[in-house]
This record gives sequence, C-alpha cells and structure tokens, in this order.
Amino acid sequence: MNDEKILEIKNLSVKFNTYAGIAHAVRGIDFNLNKGEVLAIVGESGCGKTVTSKAIMGLLPSPQAVIGRDNSEINFCCKNLLNLNETEMTKIRGEEISMIFQDPMTSLNPTMKIGNQIAESIFIHDNVSMQDAKQQALKMLELVKIPNAKQRLNQYPFEFSGGMRQRVMIAIALACNPKVLIADEPTTALDVTIQAQIMDLIGDLQKELNTGVILVTHDLGVVASVADRIQVMYAGKIVERGTVDEIFYNPKHPYTFALLKSVPKLSTHNKDKLYSLTGTPPDLINPPVGCPFAARCKFGMKICRVKFPKATNFGYTHKCSCWLHHEKADTTGVPAQLLQGGVTSAK
Amino acid sequence: MQNNDTLIQVKNLKKYFKVGRNETLKAVDGVSFNIYKGETLGLVGESGCGKTTCGKTVIGLYDATDGNVIFDGVDINNLNPKEKKEFTKRAQIIFQDPYSSLNPRMTVGDIIGEGIDIHNLYKGKERQSKIYELLETVGLNMEHISRFPHEFSGGQRQRIGIARALAIEPDFIVCDEPISALDVSIQAQIVNLLIELQKKKNLTYLFIAHDLSMIKHISDRVGVMYLGSLVEFTRSDEMYKNPLHPYTKALLSAIPIPDPNVERIKKRIPIEGEIPSPINPKPGCRFASRCKLAKEICLKVMPPLVEVCNEHFVACHRVKNS
Repeated sequence: MNDEKILEIKNLSVKFNTYAGIAHAVRGIDFNLNKGEVLAIVGESGCGKTVTSKAIMGLLPSPQAVIGRDNSEINFCCKNLLNLNETEMTKIRGEEISMIFQDPMTSLNPTMKIGNQIAESIFIHDNVSMQDAKQQALKMLELVKIPNAKQRLNQYPFEFSGGMRQRVMIAIALACNPKVLIADEPTTALDVTIQAQIMDLIGDLQKELNTGVILVTHDLGVVASVADRIQVMYAGKIVERGTVDEIFYNPKHPYTFALLKSVPKLSTHNKDKLYSLTGTPPDLINPPVGCPFAARCKFGMKICRVKFPKATNFGYTHKCSCWLHHEKADTTGVPAQLLQGGVTSAK
Repeated sequence: MQNNDTLIQVKNLKKYFKVGRNETLKAVDGVSFNIYKGETLGLVGESGCGKTTCGKTVIGLYDATDGNVIFDGVDINNLNPKEKKEFTKRAQIIFQDPYSSLNPRMTVGDIIGEGIDIHNLYKGKERQSKIYELLETVGLNMEHISRFPHEFSGGQRQRIGIARALAIEPDFIVCDEPISALDVSIQAQIVNLLIELQKKKNLTYLFIAHDLSMIKHISDRVGVMYLGSLVEFTRSDEMYKNPLHPYTKALLSAIPIPDPNVERIKKRIPIEGEIPSPINPKPGCRFASRCKLAKEICLKVMPPLVEVCNEHFVACHRVKNS
C-alpha cells in the first residue's frame, strides 16, 4: 500500500449550539488518509461520523457549528483547510475533495437536467466551454454505467430511480477527478441488490482513478468488502482503528467486539440470543467524563468513568483506546480475544 | 417445537390500487401461504415488492381486492363490526417507523392503554398495574408511563410500539420492519425481546424485513417476494442452504457479510437493472426482465408456485424443467 498522506486531520473538534446547550459532536479526533486507500468510519447514528466528513468539506452550518479552531487542523496538500476563505474553499470543494451524500432523493437539484448538473462542476472547475463540459458529462454517465446515457443527459432527477440517482451523484463527485472522495452512507437508502451494484462501482472507480475514499457507514458488511482500514467512532471519539482484518478478526475494544457480535450471521443457528448491548449512546450535550462507552460496557471499571484512556498500540496500524489494556486492569471475565497482545500503556 | 395447526391461511390474495384511469398498481398479486401456530414466518424482498401491503392486508388494515385471509377458520374480509372487533383483539401490528406511529399528544400510558380500554379488558387499578407490567416486559421503567413519545429514543419508542401490540394479549403479531429504522446495537436488543416474548407467550409472527440475515435469524419459514408475488417459499435453513429461484440466489449473494475473508472470495451473482414498475405489469414471470436464464415461456406465462421438494416451493419455469 502507498503510504503517502493526502489528508491529515489533527485534533478536530466540532460543537453545535442548540437550544438545549452545546452539543459536543466531535471531540478531538486525529486521523489521516493515504493516497488510493479506502478508509471506513464506522459508528452508530449520532457518533459524529457525518459531522467529521462535513467538517472536511467545509459544509457545516455557521454560526451554529463551531470548529475548535485554535488547535484543530485539516491538512490537505500542505494547506490547513480551516484557514481558507470561502472562495479558496470553493476551488478545492468538488475539484480536489468531493462528496457523495446519503440521500440521493434530496441531494440533486430537481429543476435541473442531469446533464447540466454534472457539467456544472466541470464548467466551474476545469476552465472549459459548456459544450466540452457536456461532452465530459456524457463520458461520466457512461463511466457510472447508466444505460442510454445520451438520452438520460436530458432528463430530470424525478425520471431516475434511487439507484440511478446515486450513480448520478457519483458521476458529479468524480467529474473533476478529485484526490479525495467522501462517501457518506452512500447505500443506506438503497436495496441490497442495488447496494451491491453501487459498492462495486465505487470500488472499481476508486481503483481506476486511484482516489482516496473515506467511506462513512454503520453497516459492517459493506465495510468488509471494500475498506482497507477502519476506524470505529463512539460519541465523538475514535475508540479503535486498524486494518480490516485487525478490526474484524481481532477487535480490541469492547464496543467493536459487541458491534461485530450483534450482527446475525448466516451460519448461526436460528433464534439463538443475539449478543446485545444494553442502553443507548450517551447524550453529547453533557458528554460523560472518561470513556463514553463506560456506562454500557460489561467490563467497566472505576477508572473508566474518570479518565479517557490513552491509545494502546497493537502493532503498527492497530490502536485501541480502552482501560482494559492497561497493565493494572482487572480482567476477570473478559474474553481472551480482547486482551491478547498489545503494549500496555503506562499510567 | 412446532405443532402444525394452521392459524392463518392466505389464499390467492390480491391487493390492487387504482392510480390512474387505466392504470392499476398491482401491489400484491396472487399470494398464497399459511402460518402455523407459534411460528415466525418471514417475508423478504426489495422495497416496492409488496411485502408491507401484504402484511397490512393480512391483518385487515387494507381490504383485499380478491382472495381470502382465513384466521382461525374465519374469513376476515366478511366480518360484521362485532366480529371485526373480536378479530382485532387477536391480531396486532408493530409498525416500521417508531417516530410516526406513536401519537405525539398521548402519554405512553394512554398509548398502551388504548387497546385495553377499547376492548374493556381492565379498569382502574388493574389497568394501571397491567400497563406497568407491560412496560417492564419490554424493558422500560414504571416512571415512563406519564411521558410523551418525543422524550424517548428510537429503540425505546419501538419498545412502546411492542408494548402497545402486546397490551390486549394477541395471538398473532405482524412485525412490519420493526428494526430497520434502528441502529445495529439496538436492533439486537429488539430482536432478542421479540424472540423472548414469542417463547413466553406462544405468539405467532409475520415478520417483514428486507434484511436477509435478520430474517434468517428469526424465522422458521421464509417467503421471498418479487413485484407482488411469492417466488420462493420454504424453511429458512433450506432457503439459505439451497436457494432455487434465480432471484433468491442473486439476493442472497448480494448480502454483504461482515467477514473480510468471505467477502474476498465470494462471487456475486449480479442482477442487472432495477425492479420494474408494478403498474400494469407485463404478463409472464415478473423477474424475467432481469433474469439471465429467461426463455420464451418466461415472458409469456407466469409460473405457478410449485412444491419442488419437501416443503420447498418455487415459482420458476427453469427450476421445474431441470
């Protein structure tokens, strides 16, 4: 794998001002994206994964959303995106970094022809005539495998089905050959058979164009087939990160462990009790001190409610933030799989 | 575990909607199956295949266009109001969307107690303690009784929906995608609850979902629907071990499995294109337009659902011939 970083996020935090108080949606996360890899961000609704991707795109509503500016950095090609003004950001958005949204039904302009919507971003960014932009748009539609692309160019979004609209979204996102593509739950609104088609398409195009992809999703099955690396988010923090195999076969955080176990497998026996977490994720307006997962964790200790654990290393790529991996942790009753290996973090 | 007493018999059920002068949307088009007492029957299919309409027609929320639904020996389409009330006491439904299926202006206690009041089951103190008991059964607290739905999370609301369905002690519950609006970790909680309740109260479920792995987990038998008709119907382990209909095969291969090694070697059977419109459908097999094995006969004659081997029904010309 190529280890050239194209996107580097440092200590990103996002707060929202709401009626009820300040919601801490993202609470200090660091990660980077390498060239040509697929990085998956997995987590439940409200864990901050969409906010993270919108922060990178500079699409968070202001003034409601506040990005912790003093020490937050989003570095892309030696530039901190947080310091750019709107004009500079517009140049990057769509051309260098682009995004596929969750809901293909509402994210296209209903009053514009599909062809114009794709040509628009090419026209704005690539300094070509509208005629050429339309030619390019036709090529993009063919690339995302829409049949009768020529006629489809002159149709409106309502004439397309959900899966087709998602293909159009992908065509728009890839029109300017971006270096980074952020796919925010690209298949959640679609059926399984269409989901398989779209994921295959994203995978193929990613390899062909060597784009770095951030795949945001809650579906572990989707992740298994396409991602290179995974990071698991919970209540605005990254609790575990590693390669696909490390996360699926060797999870180290009790939350990841539970997530993987709570999905029924086709091989399990009927009506066995599913492994399930009790309770619900914490309220981010008053986020708990210490580990946010402590309240739902079967192996919670005193320290968990006091202090957020430092990351423990399990090899070069695999990191997990959990007190269980501390040398003084009480590990009675914890599955051996969760504990093996790892350099224990010192207090 | 199963005694083969049939609780519900669905015979050639049809539900059409008029959508234009000459246009009929055939949501459910000739579906037949039966449900045994105490079992879970799963219905799967893509969106728009008619599975929800089928569930709602079975429970009498829609009047069937044609065909019969026989519940414990009585046809539910020809009931007088008194008999209808008797039927509604025995059959309940849990809806897909826990956000819009609870009245925002009623307290949880009133939502759960409404059925008890309508059927005059309990009064006063008894009613109160029954509601407490129900809240406890579904894993909520007594103090929740006077709260309103907006104060709860999605998972908790779905529990309220389940408590409401259980309140009048029904024999039969239609679960219409009860978990698809919920997060993964909450889905497992709700499914465990449903299975536990079934064991305790000997309930019969018609479980509708598009999540094939969850259907496999909870169902005894499974029916696969495509564009208004059943294409395959069999025991759930048989369905996953030995799928026969080309659509079922493709559908099963499309499920993403949370196991990277399996995903890497798995061969998908791609289905091209999308589900066609159910408005004035073409004659012949509904799946023919997307089927790789389709022959001339598939485009002309609709294949009937035939028993191929022991309790395994398939509607496909190609399977019967081979």
